Amino acid sequence: MTDAQTGAVLSLNNLKAGYGQTEILHDLSLHVNPNEIVAVIGPNGAGKSTAMKSVLGLLNIREGSVVLNGEEITDTPAQKVIEKGISYVPQTNNVFVNLSVQENLEMGAWTRPRGVEARIAEMYDLFPDLAEKRHQAAGSLSGGQRQMVAMAKALMVDAKILLLDEPTAGLSPKYRGEIFSTIQKIKHTGVPILIVEQNAKQALGVSDRGYVLVDGANRHTGTGEGLANDPEIARMFLGGGH
Amino acid sequence: MWDAYLFEFVNFYLIPGLVLGCIYALGAIGITLTFGILRFANFAHGEIMMSGAYITWTIMTLLGAAGIVLHPLVALPFACIFVVGLFLLCDRWFYKPFRKAETIKIVIASFGVMLIIRSAVQVIWGPNQIAFVRGISQPNAWLRDVTGDMGAMIIMPNKHLWIFAGTIVIVIALSYLLNKTRTGKAMRAVSDSPDLAHVTGINVETVIKATWIVGGICATAAGVFLVMDTQTLETTMGFRMLLPMFAAAILGGIGKPYGAVFGGLVIGLAEELSAYPWIGTAPLLSPGYKTGVAFAIMVVMLIVRPQGLFKGRAF
Repeated sequence: MTDAQTGAVLSLNNLKAGYGQTEILHDLSLHVNPNEIVAVIGPNGAGKSTAMKSVLGLLNIREGSVVLNGEEITDTPAQKVIEKGISYVPQTNNVFVNLSVQENLEMGAWTRPRGVEARIAEMYDLFPDLAEKRHQAAGSLSGGQRQMVAMAKALMVDAKILLLDEPTAGLSPKYRGEIFSTIQKIKHTGVPILIVEQNAKQALGVSDRGYVLVDGANRHTGTGEGLANDPEIARMFLGGGH
Repeated sequence: MWDAYLFEFVNFYLIPGLVLGCIYALGAIGITLTFGILRFANFAHGEIMMSGAYITWTIMTLLGAAGIVLHPLVALPFACIFVVGLFLLCDRWFYKPFRKAETIKIVIASFGVMLIIRSAVQVIWGPNQIAFVRGISQPNAWLRDVTGDMGAMIIMPNKHLWIFAGTIVIVIALSYLLNKTRTGKAMRAVSDSPDLAHVTGINVETVIKATWIVGGICATAAGVFLVMDTQTLETTMGFRMLLPMFAAAILGGIGKPYGAVFGGLVIGLAEELSAYPWIGTAPLLSPGYKTGVAFAIMVVMLIVRPQGLFKGRAF
């Protein structure tokens, strides 16, 4: 385990964490290497989103550590974590609905000292649909476009890693495909991605590696393809595999 | 067309209604911003207004004794510095400790702050009324003559012209701040979603400070405009303004500054126009019930349309 983490961009090591008195993560370890998309899948309530929030310092970590590029950032407040280069897209409520697309991107750049305009232009290249809607309120966009805004907003900092919490939840299949192909495009810009997903099959399809989380601990680990083809996992999470 | 009735209606009801509306609007901006960004109803807002008026009067009086006669609008920016300082101290001492607690605690804290400020003002300046400006204010002669020549005479004292001008300048400046500056956009972002602002890396405490600064400036202006209009300082004036200001904020949709401006104008007009002899020759409502009008509007709004008159984006 420890060997695998050398050189990892982000690693969560034997985390025990939860809200208040409730412990949700009992023993979670995972890591993301450079140029990797890593998917975390698992049933509802397994602690997938909690794992992400623990990186952001949004809940109590009792034991274990979070390490970013060799630097321990366990229990660091969200604002500092973001300054260090972790971008996070929450599952819901992930854009400022009353702000325009452009203003959302500007807010995403809050911790970025300079080069905001140039970065915004890069984001419009990466998400061409957003360029023409730049002056529209983000709340007036469709679910898929909002998700694009949320990802672009998160990428406004020079992200060392992008955390996506269920980016395709509630989206139509068309948009789901678009989001997953965008995720691959982001990977090619050199940003590794940790993604938590309900749509396990599609997520594993684009991922280099995956973790299956059950009851706050990792149960299976493997390559994206390997997990997707594992009959046991198929039966458990991928919707009635044969 | 411009008969005696219309002359009376415009000069004695419509214009005073708009003047009152401007004062409510400026007060309501602070209330609605505090609600949008800090998520609580600040009961001390009226008292902040009142203390701003007292400080302005003190600056004018002290300098007056030294032979320097200041217009209230010149003393106003200096008073703003004191009031903003007061707001920031209140936040540091009384509100910040409750930031993560249930809302009711911070609301009660603001109620306490209200009593502290009012008592402090009574200790320092005494509980009795103070004349802010003496004498009867004459209508602006130029405006009277020009409009008189056009056959629609407007008699408006200079103080009302200043109040209109001051309100317009502040609202334009606020609109610039909220739409064009980084801090203003962050204020709207925090108002939109504090949690998302937090995980976006926005420094929410800085935004809160900016909110107190903007609210403090608007509140001081509202307090000074109020005493310019009534010419009297009273320690209870802030509390009396609280209900109509809340009514204005709710009417415009709580959390929406432009809504608050609109709501303030409507409440001010409604209060004044309720005393107009719409039927017969007696006032429709005795002027003593003016405050009741704001209260009635607030209650009806909360029942019928609690989200305010405007749908969606009025920020």
